[in-house]
Amino acid sequence: MAYEHEKLAEEKVFKDPVHRYIHVRDRVIWDVIGTREFQRLRRIRQLGTTYLVFHGAEHSRFQHSLGVYEIVRRIIDSSFSGKPEWNEDERLVALCAALLHDLGHGPFSHAFEKVFDLDHEKFTQAILLGDTEVNAVLRRVSPDFPQRVADVVGKTYKDKLVISLISSQIDADRMDYLQRDAYYTGVQYGHFDMERILRVMRPTEEQVVIKSSGMHAVEDYIMSRYQMYWQVYFHPVSRSAEVILIKILHRAKELYETGYTFQQDPVAFRNFFDRTITLEDYISLDEGVLFTYFQLWMKEQDPILSDLCDRFINRKLFQYAEFDPAKEYRKLLQLDSLFRQAGLDPDYYLVTDSSSDLPYDFYRPGEENERVPIYLQLPNGELSELSRSSDIVDAISGKRRTDHKIYFPEDVLEAQQEDNPLYTEILQLLKS
Amino acid sequence: MLAEHAKIVRMIALADEVNGRKKLQKMVYILKKLQFDFAAKYELHMYGPYSEELTLRVEELCEMGFLDETCTDKGSYVQYTYQATEDGVKFSETSDFQADELAPCISRLNGQSSRFLELVSTLLYFDHLERTEQIEKVRIVKNKLNFTDDEMDAAFDFIAEMAACVA
Repeated sequence: MAYEHEKLAEEKVFKDPVHRYIHVRDRVIWDVIGTREFQRLRRIRQLGTTYLVFHGAEHSRFQHSLGVYEIVRRIIDSSFSGKPEWNEDERLVALCAALLHDLGHGPFSHAFEKVFDLDHEKFTQAILLGDTEVNAVLRRVSPDFPQRVADVVGKTYKDKLVISLISSQIDADRMDYLQRDAYYTGVQYGHFDMERILRVMRPTEEQVVIKSSGMHAVEDYIMSRYQMYWQVYFHPVSRSAEVILIKILHRAKELYETGYTFQQDPVAFRNFFDRTITLEDYISLDEGVLFTYFQLWMKEQDPILSDLCDRFINRKLFQYAEFDPAKEYRKLLQLDSLFRQAGLDPDYYLVTDSSSDLPYDFYRPGEENERVPIYLQLPNGELSELSRSSDIVDAISGKRRTDHKIYFPEDVLEAQQEDNPLYTEILQLLKS
Repeated sequence: MLAEHAKIVRMIALADEVNGRKKLQKMVYILKKLQFDFAAKYELHMYGPYSEELTLRVEELCEMGFLDETCTDKGSYVQYTYQATEDGVKFSETSDFQADELAPCISRLNGQSSRFLELVSTLLYFDHLERTEQIEKVRIVKNKLNFTDDEMDAAFDFIAEMAACVA
């Protein structure tokens, strides 16, 4: 039997707290899961620094990837099976793309990508197409199969319906991460009736649409997304941890570039600092490696690097204050100057953070064809954009909500107020 | 601090006004590809490179009063026009962004249609590929726009011209 059609002698199941069971019958899927590049995802948390606020949020990208695979498997095998719009020849490529869509994420990837100007999607492509174990498994299906999977993940595949299963405004990726993140953080917001949504999904030539009778289930999904953004993903304390993480990486990079001698050679980072990153450098990096360096850097001579690492490892995070840039950007310039006079480097200790600095997106009802909206399929077969039929979705998708904060080391400023009167002035200004 | 916000305002101020969200997205993407230092992260969406980060940043700038957004009903769609406000221009002066080099590029970009910039930006998204592969990818991603061979040639010429302008 051809490898692509080969089934396991016995179905394998992964016990999963969100989907109960994840079912694997295809030999290809089982082999992909066993590769080192996929196993690496066990060592990368799905929610980065969020575990410092919601202590349950220790779940990994490995779990999420399996979850996305399971949702796509259910959609294909239950909702799409036998429908004329669905091409059964696309089943395996869709399952592999679902499983591998996050393969290129690095440790704390949002912060890491910002500092080193990297793109996890490009690394996903590079791992799929490069000299890797994943590529070797996919190539056994056919020589062009790795490229087909890469095209689905890169959104350039010829069958747009396959792309929309993992990359649209109601896709398996979002449906898994909302439920999984809600489960592990312990919040009550991210829950919605996924079974119902799966039942009302309909394949069309270009995308998945929703049978109009399923509108309320989709409303619930959009509301969950909206609430999770503000309650979990945009949580100010987890943003504080991320701000510190970014500053650690910036400081280490700056020290390296200015010839500082580290007590321990930062060998795992050297090629990132030099911008000569190989695929192997990237794959070798995980959160364990980062934490090891942060522990070592706590003992470095450089007071800023040492302090920032101590703050991150021991959760001594920056305090935050609300900030209105329109009225207060001059105050920011004043603070910058006061920090310098007081001997605190504002590049590391006075940080602004806006909602646009965060990697999550809201539902948008298709603006100038930039993003494909969610369509309801009406009883007469016509399609209607969701917010035109749903008052709830219309109310939140048109509403702007932005958020800006300033982060600073309140502990230092308060503890040393008596020694340095400038600190008092800074605190007063920050709290004014 | 808010440096990325200031760059967007500076860019729009130099353009005088930008008609259309799509045009704004594509202009920033093309400038980024020309090595101007915009930090907005782009991903390929169904219709070409798009940055949610930029969309949010522009929303924030409108809320702050640094950008003025006007909305015109064009029948089948709504067009948004952006201009820097007086406060926005003052704010943008806090940035030492590469304005002198930026100005001629912005003027050239702003003179193009958004359809053309959509084609240029999508070709640039695939600039790691050979020319024939780039065209093939654009025809897959934008199958409904039916770009002609002449439009493809014009887009490649434009990319070369812009690169020369920066060099």
